[in-house]
Amino acid sequence: MIEFDGLGHSYGDRRVLSGVTLRLPERRVAFVGANGSGKSTLARTINGLVHPTEGRALVDGLDPARDGRAVRRRVGFVFSNPDSQIVMPTAGEDVAFSLRRTTLSKKERAARAAELLAEFGLDGYADHPAHYLSGGQKQLLALCAMLVTEPDVLVCDEPTTLLDLRNKRQFVHRLEALRQQVVLVTHDLDLLERFDRVIVLDEGHVVADDRPEPALRHYRKLVG
Amino acid sequence: MTTENSSEAKRGSAAALATTVVFAGFIAVLGVFPGLYVGGGSVPVVLQNAGPLLAGVVLGARRATAAVVLFLALTAIGLPLLSGGRAGVAPFVGPSGGFLFGWILSALVAGAVVTRFKRTGLPVLLLAAALGLLADYAVGVPYLAFYLGDLRAAVVQSLVFLPGDVAKVLAVALIAAVLHRALPGRLAG
Amino acid sequence: MTGYQPGTSPLHRAPTGVKFVGMLVIATGVFVLSAPTWVGGVCLLVLAGYAVARLPLRYCWRVSRSLALIALLLFAVQWWLVSLDAAWLVSLRLVAAVGVANLFTATTRVDDVVSSIERAAAPLRRFGVRPDRLGLLAGLTMQAVSTLSLIAGQVREAAKARGADRSVIAFAVPFLVRTLRHADDLGEALAARGEDDRA
Ligand SMILES: Nc1ncnc2c1ncn2[C@@H]1O[C@H](COP(=O)(O)OP(=O)(O)O)[C@@H](O)[C@H]1O
Ligand SMILES: [Mg+2]
Repeated sequence: MIEFDGLGHSYGDRRVLSGVTLRLPERRVAFVGANGSGKSTLARTINGLVHPTEGRALVDGLDPARDGRAVRRRVGFVFSNPDSQIVMPTAGEDVAFSLRRTTLSKKERAARAAELLAEFGLDGYADHPAHYLSGGQKQLLALCAMLVTEPDVLVCDEPTTLLDLRNKRQFVHRLEALRQQVVLVTHDLDLLERFDRVIVLDEGHVVADDRPEPALRHYRKLVG
Repeated sequence: MTTENSSEAKRGSAAALATTVVFAGFIAVLGVFPGLYVGGGSVPVVLQNAGPLLAGVVLGARRATAAVVLFLALTAIGLPLLSGGRAGVAPFVGPSGGFLFGWILSALVAGAVVTRFKRTGLPVLLLAAALGLLADYAVGVPYLAFYLGDLRAAVVQSLVFLPGDVAKVLAVALIAAVLHRALPGRLAG
Repeated sequence: MTGYQPGTSPLHRAPTGVKFVGMLVIATGVFVLSAPTWVGGVCLLVLAGYAVARLPLRYCWRVSRSLALIALLLFAVQWWLVSLDAAWLVSLRLVAAVGVANLFTATTRVDDVVSSIERAAAPLRRFGVRPDRLGLLAGLTMQAVSTLSLIAGQVREAAKARGADRSVIAFAVPFLVRTLRHADDLGEALAARGEDDRA
């Protein structure tokens, strides 16, 4: 389970998060908030990409700031721009790259990758140059590359920003179907109906924390 | 996007200008971004002097040379683009200045090799990067020798950097091989 | 050995062209002189220049530290491989040449260098060289540096998230892909603003 315990963060003198204390046992959690409200910073504390300057985050009792590597094995992370995340030339190789530390043989890794790609509608693309996939396909590839190591949690920081409406919906539906816990940072409010919990951030503070409908109503009022 | 002649002409001077300034910036960022671990080592190395080689094998001779010349010119006029934020004429006037001037030849040679061989597999890329490095030494060592008034001393001093530079050649070839497969048909070669 | 240090000293106010020629004369002159005492004299002259320029002490300390480091190394190697005399000569030359080059950069604004070059190189226009574009190139390059720094940060985070923080490939390949994409985007933006129309 993910917990934040009196978490605050400053970049230099700039305070961007304060007093965030939350326990997130739900399977589908979303963070919304205006640009600069601190969503990405908070999301990054979950897998230790940001070490909070006050308080702490916990994942199954582990502190990501201390046990970053161990936590990152349990927590997958999907960014807005899949081009940052795709390392290998073809889709299949890229998914298999995530398995490089396992004892699986090269053939088994390739098979595992192809299987997962097929599951996400990318069957037949294993040997396709990854960077020549469409934006939506690339984001699904980034998701597969994270899921293939079977993490317990998936954090997604505005993964649908570069996608068109159809691909946005498709991507979020994929997220909803996962067995993993999903923490989604997004601006696409209309995709959150089926989420268990929506947390609204404003200038680094939690200002609403509720089921989607009331939380989003609050947020819409906030941004006018 | 960056094929040497045909598509360059089609895409016009704006694309050429953009590629030149962006890769000049790329070389600068390699210098401000320290802490890459080469070959599982535990000491981070600055990759900036791999920049001209990377530009060469990715862009081909013409654009890579233009990017390196621009980078060096802007450094000389005082923009802090060299690793460690160094700027100005001093780095060129110092004993290792020849290795900076050598970057131009480095990019030219590495790029020319890649453009020459139509196939851009690992062997060709290794050859390109190695000859590119050699080109840098071909300028840098004599310059240092002139400085020291002694070729032997110059060679000895340069040898210190050879192991690190060889590691960078390997890294550049490897990176370029992956990149050429990742973006088939879009790079020089 | 960093860039311009703001100031109002006579050296800061001196015309860029004059300063540049003076710097060049000194930096190459020390290679003509072959007596360590003469080169030592030039070093004192350069040192006087630093005093006249009244550069911040912290800056002077940084410069002398890194200069001393290189000079010492050079001195040791020359002494070992050649002779003590050669060691003195070479390291004093280094101090004088690098010192004066640095003094030029520290007392001359980039803008002034750019406009001097644009003026001095104007005759080259007949040969298709466009010195008037140096300022534009400098601006675009600095812009690219800041965009690519952001991208480098993102790529590095992504590599870390994949447990590949130490893989050169996991950093360099996506970084180059995004660099090339940025070049494409910038090319289109420049074309849209008429860059291709130029004869
Ligand atoms: N690496 C950083 N260094 C300095 N300031 C940063 C950094 N990352 C984010 N910020 C600042 O912190 C604030 C919160 O940023 P962020 O967490 O990215 O917000 P959001 O994702 O909600 O847009 C912003 O004002 C942003 O400018
Ligand atoms: Mg954000």
